[in-house]
Amino acid sequence: MQVYLPIAEMSVNGLVILTLGALVGFLSGLFGVGGGFLMTPLLIFIGVPPAVAVATQSNQLVGASVTGAIGHWRRGNVDFRMGLVLLIGGLIGSVIGIWLFTLLRRIGQIDLAISLLYVILLGSIGGLMLAESLRAMLRQRRKAGVRRKLHQHIWLHGLPFKMRFQKSRLYISALVPVAIGILGGIAVAILGVGGGFFMVPAMIYLLGMPTAVVPGTSLFQIIFTTAAVTVLQAWTNHTVDGMLALLLLAGGIVGVQFGTRFGSALRGEQMRALLALLVVGVCIKLFVDLVLPPDDVYSLVVPTAS
Amino acid sequence: MTRLALVLAALGALLSGAAVRPAHAQALVADLTSHLIAITTGFTGTDVVLFGAIESDGDVIVVVRGPETPVEVRRKERTLGIWFNRSDITFAEVPGFYAIASTRPIEQLARPEVLERNQIGVDHLTLEPIDPTGQVDPFRKALIRNKQREGLFPVAAGTVTFVGSRRLFRTTVSFPSNVPTGSYQVSVFLMRNGQVQGAQTTPLLVSQLGVSADMVDFAYRRSLAYGIIAVVVAVMAGWLGSVAFRRV
Repeated sequence: MQVYLPIAEMSVNGLVILTLGALVGFLSGLFGVGGGFLMTPLLIFIGVPPAVAVATQSNQLVGASVTGAIGHWRRGNVDFRMGLVLLIGGLIGSVIGIWLFTLLRRIGQIDLAISLLYVILLGSIGGLMLAESLRAMLRQRRKAGVRRKLHQHIWLHGLPFKMRFQKSRLYISALVPVAIGILGGIAVAILGVGGGFFMVPAMIYLLGMPTAVVPGTSLFQIIFTTAAVTVLQAWTNHTVDGMLALLLLAGGIVGVQFGTRFGSALRGEQMRALLALLVVGVCIKLFVDLVLPPDDVYSLVVPTAS
Repeated sequence: MTRLALVLAALGALLSGAAVRPAHAQALVADLTSHLIAITTGFTGTDVVLFGAIESDGDVIVVVRGPETPVEVRRKERTLGIWFNRSDITFAEVPGFYAIASTRPIEQLARPEVLERNQIGVDHLTLEPIDPTGQVDPFRKALIRNKQREGLFPVAAGTVTFVGSRRLFRTTVSFPSNVPTGSYQVSVFLMRNGQVQGAQTTPLLVSQLGVSADMVDFAYRRSLAYGIIAVVVAVMAGWLGSVAFRRV
């Protein structure tokens, strides 16, 4: 089934795109990450221009995160209060991020910056998560049934502007989620992804939120950041391909359902370990691409009209 | 079959026209079966037939050129173990598509100077950098190599075949699905004794039509509204998805 993508100006196999959408949707329902960090490289791999891939991907994430967030909300797993505080940070962060993006593009090293940022972020987050979840699994096997603390209190939580987050069973400084939101917003603007792969671990480890509430809250927040990015991209760069977005959405909303269901059957440590493996895997792939000699050291770019 | 019949009928018309006015006979007459390539939702690439007649013996070369744009060629180099873009050259006018077809290999038909003057053959294309500094040649080769890999500079030259006598010819030009939109030029050259004896250029338009054209139009003219609608559609789709699967 060949479908012509009007903005990308190319023909693709519709079934391949539907399948990609479903797979990434599954992961996003499972982990509460948007899946942008997986989908964007995949779309570029099949020949979609990078600018179109990034912008259209954010459009698809709006739909996928709505479905995912509703699914988690029905199970009572969304902390709206926390989501809104994160969102405030996210909006501040995306303004800073857009400024940084323009600066890096002027220097001419935006591609390298994106790749390196991915490798560093994914590598450190994935490594830490993997180590932690493996330790948790081992600990549980050794002394099952011992009641642990809800979360560790670290000095960050003692900062001013303390807020009560009932759903997350937290009473901590609002500055911490705002700061995480800011970092997430910067990631959204520079990397063109929802930022879930960064927010989810930060919510678990820095905020100490219960794992069950994290994916739903993350998805709730991602709806707004990706919606803002989609509108901005369509408005300024004309890079949102409606046809591609529809195909990805159709695949994604099916996949995300199965992801959400499958996720609630998994235990917290198992889910974290799986996400960590995925994150580390993508990190290794990106690192290898940076280090191995490319097939052709030359590449073509159509210069943007300036 | 019907296409061949059409071509023959058209050729007949052309020839009878030539017979009426022998004094003003052109050295070369050629035309395309279609001057518009319409890209619709199901577009997977297409073929366009070119046919024509020459007044006396000779060889025919057909050159198809797509719309010109600047193209930046970047070269990666290894620094501290990491490959990244270190140098780049921008070429001013690079055809978005370039294909040739001929009755015999072009090297047998004319010397390189003649081919270069008429921009015949990928190796004879004038590709000028905007800011010529350093070694341009490897970048030019890389530009052609990358375009060939994308299928936009077809590697294999097409063949122009004579129909019946040595006076009528036809060829098929294949356009891939990633063919850029815009105005194309189809030039037909009559070659004899290593020189261009006659030439004719026909325009060809590659354009999106129907739903996809409307989408592009909307995306560029009302971009803010387009973005908002894209988000609304995504939210609706997401909500519908969760309703459709609401069985537990």
